Amino acid sequence: MAEATMKIRARMEGADVADVKVLMQHPMETGQRKDEKGNLVPLHFITNVSATHNGKVVMEAEWSQAVARNPFLGFKVKGAKAGDKIGITWIDNKGEKSTVETTIAGS
Amino acid sequence: MNRIRRSLLGGLGAATAMGALIATGLLRAGEALAAWNKAAFDSKTTADALKSLGAVNPAASKDILIKAPDIAENGAQVPIEVTSRIPGTQSISIIADKNPLPLIGTFNFPAGGEAYVSTRMKMGQTSNVMVVVKAGDKYFSAAKEVKVTIGGCGG
Repeated sequence: MAEATMKIRARMEGADVADVKVLMQHPMETGQRKDEKGNLVPLHFITNVSATHNGKVVMEAEWSQAVARNPFLGFKVKGAKAGDKIGITWIDNKGEKSTVETTIAGS
Repeated sequence: MNRIRRSLLGGLGAATAMGALIATGLLRAGEALAAWNKAAFDSKTTADALKSLGAVNPAASKDILIKAPDIAENGAQVPIEVTSRIPGTQSISIIADKNPLPLIGTFNFPAGGEAYVSTRMKMGQTSNVMVVVKAGDKYFSAAKEVKVTIGGCGG
């Protein structure tokens, strides 16, 4: 369910820093685009993304509709070790939500 | 028969996973997800966006590294990577000056840690991309021009 809308990979990079890469499936409609019938496609975009490391929030993003379609997000977590949990949750302007969790892999 | 059993098991698995997420406090993040600086995102100019971010006249800084293409062939997917070497960086905001709504996003780092972010943005046309970093009560900025061959807004 939630897994289908997000792909996540977390890997140790150096002694205590984890590199996290996330791909989210989302149309990120700007409200400017027209469909094949010439009707405007309504605004539909991810507004907030939250990242946790073992349950503690390490990154919170606020987005506009100008983040590219099927958003990519990369960030780093300090004080991490292999086996720690990384969680990502996004919510969009329609209140739809998705959450995914993964375990940090060794380098 | 088998299919029904499978879907039942699948549903059960999903429910259990959800319970585990709530237990680990992952979904508590949902509360924090409410913050969204509407005024800044609705701003039609960089100056207004900066004002709404509380970042009037940020100081130019060489400790903000922006990695973005000089020429982006596709404005719908422009990669950008930002690293801030400013101690105590709390947030990184990305602004595409000539977009109809310039503010692309703000990335907050409540726990300190690595002030690095990588994403992809839409750009309507060739423009300066400005990065604003908040550290303590101070704001810093850096900019890089990205030439866009085909715009990525609307169309």
